[in-house]
Amino acid sequence: MTCSRRDFLKEAVGGTLASALPLSAFVFITTDEAKAAIEDSKVRWAFLVDTTKCVGCGLCVKACKTENEIPYDAAVTRTWVERYVITKDGETHIDSPMGGRDGYTTDLIRDEEIDPEEIDKAFFVPKLCNQCDNPACVQVCPVGATYQTNDGIVLVDRDWCIGCGYCIMACPYGVRFFHPEHKVADKCNFCYHRISKGMQPACVECCSFGARRIANLRDPDDPVTKIITTERVAVLKDEYGTKPHVFYIGLDANVR
Amino acid sequence: MPEEIIVHGMEWTIKELFVYPNEYIYWSIQIVMYPYMTGLVAGAFVLSSLYHVFGQKELKEIAQFSLVFSLALLPVAAMPLLLHLQQPTRAMEPLLTPHFTSAIAAFGIVFTTYALIVLSEIWFVYREYFVAQVHALKDQPGLSNAMTRMVYRVLTIGAYDVSADALRVDKKAATILAAIGIPVACFLHGYAGFIFGSVKANALWMSPLMPVIFIMSAVVSGIALCMFTYIVIMEWQAFWRRRRGSAEEASEIKGAEIETINKATRYLLGFLIAAISLEMLDLIFRGYTAMKSWDILRSVMYGKDFVNIFVLQYTLGNLVPFVLLILPGRTLKRTVLALLLVLFGVFMMRWNVVIGGQAFSLSFSGYMHYEIPIIPHSLETFKEGLFGALTVIATPFVLFWVINKFVPSLRRDVQGS
Repeated sequence: MTCSRRDFLKEAVGGTLASALPLSAFVFITTDEAKAAIEDSKVRWAFLVDTTKCVGCGLCVKACKTENEIPYDAAVTRTWVERYVITKDGETHIDSPMGGRDGYTTDLIRDEEIDPEEIDKAFFVPKLCNQCDNPACVQVCPVGATYQTNDGIVLVDRDWCIGCGYCIMACPYGVRFFHPEHKVADKCNFCYHRISKGMQPACVECCSFGARRIANLRDPDDPVTKIITTERVAVLKDEYGTKPHVFYIGLDANVR
Repeated sequence: MPEEIIVHGMEWTIKELFVYPNEYIYWSIQIVMYPYMTGLVAGAFVLSSLYHVFGQKELKEIAQFSLVFSLALLPVAAMPLLLHLQQPTRAMEPLLTPHFTSAIAAFGIVFTTYALIVLSEIWFVYREYFVAQVHALKDQPGLSNAMTRMVYRVLTIGAYDVSADALRVDKKAATILAAIGIPVACFLHGYAGFIFGSVKANALWMSPLMPVIFIMSAVVSGIALCMFTYIVIMEWQAFWRRRRGSAEEASEIKGAEIETINKATRYLLGFLIAAISLEMLDLIFRGYTAMKSWDILRSVMYGKDFVNIFVLQYTLGNLVPFVLLILPGRTLKRTVLALLLVLFGVFMMRWNVVIGGQAFSLSFSGYMHYEIPIIPHSLETFKEGLFGALTVIATPFVLFWVINKFVPSLRRDVQGS
């Protein structure tokens, strides 16, 4: 057998490439897992926020930080509560100090005193990840570290995120941030570890006023789904085409 | 005593009015440097291709230099990204598991393709020289000569044929590579513009014009940097030869060739006009259509960032050098000043896009102000601070110095094929 230098190099490069493909590139899954991946899920998680019921106590933010191990005093949070005060001169005053974690116990908005007589209306708006159907964050992740599960939740793989921040830039809702300890992108996932075991998200569980509720849109008998489908609800920033799945009751035109 | 919690971005972000709790200036100085350096790479390559592909003979001198300089700039285009990543050890992941719906995922592929084109073009251009060196150094005594010869032997990759036929093939290959290189260089940079232009959440970035604006300003900055470096090095060498006073050598000195500079200047002006026209179109269009975001954009452009945009970028970085370059009786000194201002103007354009795009909250109800960390007190404030940026700026010159030792792009007696 003869082998020219050219042929030898060709074969060598080919062989090296083939052997460089590690076994770990293949993922072995069970038949159940394969079925679950192909079939449509029986669950599509959604969230319902009743702004008329929120009193701005901040317990949801506290619970979320504790449950999801977001450093308590770090100025980033998976969920937050905004306070809106609209005065008679048409001005909208908004604040959310520490995400509203400590509750709104003072009348001061960013050190500004507002005369109660001057207030037209005031309310609180809880915010969290919208688990969009067409998530911009998933689209822009260069390595696929953030992905959408087939029950609609967008998750982040902490072992694969490179920390480029593109997803943070792409989210129109500002729900993403860098986790101060893990140094990777982080965001609300409706407490996926809880809801996938039949429990409620931490913020829902601790809300004494029923302002936060979770729904399975694929279950027509779900009482929260019934509210979303039969009552007048709105979403935030639908102009971005992300198809958000956090629905609001009593959303005001001033809400950003 | 618990360890101090560092929230990324908090150290250099000052918030004003209502800003969402998680909003910070996440993309800071290194992301300004990234399109700036990539633009320089692309621009330098386009300048060299004007000679290699379009046969602009006057540009021959600067074209050789630009080609090698674009190689020195190349690794530096990726450097800011590495310095910016929160997980730099995972930097290879976009190549291993690219998620192709993301603009960034293509970076590794485009970048590698481009690097191969530049490297092989340089090889074809300088192969004859490499072979000559191997022969010239053959019987020279001394370890350093032996080492240098070894390097050149590696550089030839075993191709010692310097017959007229072989050199003709070299030349053809270099021309073809230069031709392929132009669209790839434009793509490399155009898609850097796409990274920003496709972010629908950002009112300032979201624009289909962004990639085109980026390409135009890239070519402007690339030509300007090559001209500037070329003039400075040539004048510096001439200066030293004069000081040494060798009459024989002094007679050969032509300084930076005026013809080359004139021609390159014309191209620079052309691309500058295109870049400014597109930017103006973008600005006018935003103002005229006055979408929801216009209120906050206007307050940023005409208010908070007025000096950065209209004084530093458009006036000092575009208008002044434009006038300096077209007024008759242009001297070399005036050209150098104009080139520095052009480089500054393009840098400010990148700054105003990247930092300006984060100067307002997604809520359109507040502002964020970026304070660049000057004196670093941690790795993060070094990486994403003034000194990190200066490191990035200094690197290509160091690299060029090393590369130029083996690939003498500035010696007139070595013109390659």
